[in-house]
Amino acid sequence: MSTVPIPTLPVSKRISRWFGRNLIRIYAVLGFTYLFVPVFYTIAFSFNNAGKSNLVWKGFTLSNWANPCGAPDVCAALGNSLKIGVIATTAATILGTLIAFAIGRHRFRGRATTNLLIFLPMATPEVVLGSSLLAMFLAFRINPGVWPTVAAHVMFCISFVVVTVKARIASLDPRLEQAAMDLYANERETFRRVTLPLVMPGIAGAALLAFSLSFDDFIITNFNSGTMNTFPKFVYTSAARGIPAQANVIGSSMFLIALVIVAAGQLVNRKKAR
Amino acid sequence: MADASSSSHGDLKLTRVTKSFGDFTAVDDLTLTIPEGSFFALLGPSGCGKTTTLRMIAGLEEPTAGSIHIGTTDITTKKPYQRPVNTVFQNYALFPHLSIFENVAFGLRRRGVKDVKEQVDKVLKLVELPHLSERKPTQLSGGQQQRIALARAIVNRPALLLLDEPLGALDLKLRRQMQIELKWIQTEVGLTFVHVTHDQEEAMTMADTIAVMNEGRIEQMGSPAELYESPRTAFVANFLGQSNLIRGEVSSSDADQSIVEVHGQKIAIVKARNRAAGKSILVGIRPEKIRISLPNDPCTGNVLTGGIVSDVSFVGVSTQYVVEMPWKQDLMVFEQNDGGTPTLRPGDPVSLSWNAPFTFGLDGSEDVNAGSEVDDPA
Repeated sequence: MSTVPIPTLPVSKRISRWFGRNLIRIYAVLGFTYLFVPVFYTIAFSFNNAGKSNLVWKGFTLSNWANPCGAPDVCAALGNSLKIGVIATTAATILGTLIAFAIGRHRFRGRATTNLLIFLPMATPEVVLGSSLLAMFLAFRINPGVWPTVAAHVMFCISFVVVTVKARIASLDPRLEQAAMDLYANERETFRRVTLPLVMPGIAGAALLAFSLSFDDFIITNFNSGTMNTFPKFVYTSAARGIPAQANVIGSSMFLIALVIVAAGQLVNRKKAR
Repeated sequence: MADASSSSHGDLKLTRVTKSFGDFTAVDDLTLTIPEGSFFALLGPSGCGKTTTLRMIAGLEEPTAGSIHIGTTDITTKKPYQRPVNTVFQNYALFPHLSIFENVAFGLRRRGVKDVKEQVDKVLKLVELPHLSERKPTQLSGGQQQRIALARAIVNRPALLLLDEPLGALDLKLRRQMQIELKWIQTEVGLTFVHVTHDQEEAMTMADTIAVMNEGRIEQMGSPAELYESPRTAFVANFLGQSNLIRGEVSSSDADQSIVEVHGQKIAIVKARNRAAGKSILVGIRPEKIRISLPNDPCTGNVLTGGIVSDVSFVGVSTQYVVEMPWKQDLMVFEQNDGGTPTLRPGDPVSLSWNAPFTFGLDGSEDVNAGSEVDDPA
């Protein structure tokens, strides 16, 4: 045997090269682990045979999923949250989109001020907003409940809708609308056939954001909802006695539904692009 | 809604049109008639007002003063969708959310035309892209998008088709090909094309008539050959191709021609080609008209002696010389590479000569460099 030995790199060099090639992959795995461990924990404990308190693993069961309304009041709270979320999202999306068009497309007195004021609800601490709103409602002799809560949610969701939709409008090429007008579409048709379809992804994104903000809100809701229960309130209050596994079922379902919506959106987009 | 197919055909007339943006006058008292069926080019450097003029014709800007007519119909204040005018936008402006078919059908559908499918198919065949009708604009190459933008406009058979730097985004080879194709399509459909460009070669290749614009005004209007051979201003002489402009004084005149003294040498110029009002004159001659020869060779026509070759560049079909004259001015000379002239090197003494009728004369008050230092990009 007279094979020529292949020159090899020293071990330390080889290890550093391997890291150089795989660093991004390692970083990605660590990053996603950090992001998703809590989610997986939530999903896993939705299958816990928990009994009263869902803090320690006591064995696998499907009964929580088979009976998501099993815990007292959880589904009533969920129903309230969904109702408030849908109404607040619809109102905030419509109003916010109109504001975004006004600010994005027209020059008027006080435009800069409006632009600034829109940001204020986002910058104000929720605790302050919630307590002030309660004080205001009481001063006007409006009792806390569903509608004051909806009004409060619309108020803080609008800012996010405006910001999201405005960004989309700003990225729109004005020549597309000019082209539509040039091709015999009047102002209304131009808006319906060109402007609105092109801004739609921004509006849809804003609506999803508004819904999750509304559904998730605890602080402002807690001040203004009175005796009405919402899902975040339910979870918060039951934390003292032990959160039922049904809360995990509902949380996991929300996560999965969001996942399906995003995946479906991607699929539709890819089909459209083809 | 405008019925583009039947009403208000005829010449496009701009009468004393002015457009100001605050203190800035983009278009200054412009009067212009574009005959029906012609391929008309508005040529000028960026900021000369050509795009603003186009946008006023399209209805995207309203003139500060003046009026715009198509035939006898006044369209000055009409909305863009009320005019029998369609535009091929710079960068095309195709609707990204609609298929190619729906992009082309857009104007037809808005006008409530019956046989949309037939007409769209026909125009897609004309631009040779019928197989792409189900695609989205982003899936097309630049050249294909350009043709779809053209198809989307001409399918409406407007009285007037406006093209705003339509080939600016294409590479050189594709641009050449599209120039020929555009000209062919214009002949085929017989519509009036108004083409805005800063590219003098593009304008010369395609247009029947060119209007050279500068600072909101038309410097000169005419056929490409007319503008090239007989420029009336230094701007036109320098912007359309290259020119040598030499200062001189008219020393004597007879019925047909004048004798001009330039730095101690005498040049003859045909009187009809002299636009100088007084004695002070800019003598103009195109570089390719000049013959270059050794000092002792026999020369005819107008002769300038005492030149020294300062630069030689070989560009294939021709050789371009820069010759420094005794009065320290550099003149450009293009010689065909047909074996007729000796190859010269920098430092060689030479004489320049040309046939006297090629000489043109501009007013002595003009700036020799007007139009020659204009940047190329739109």
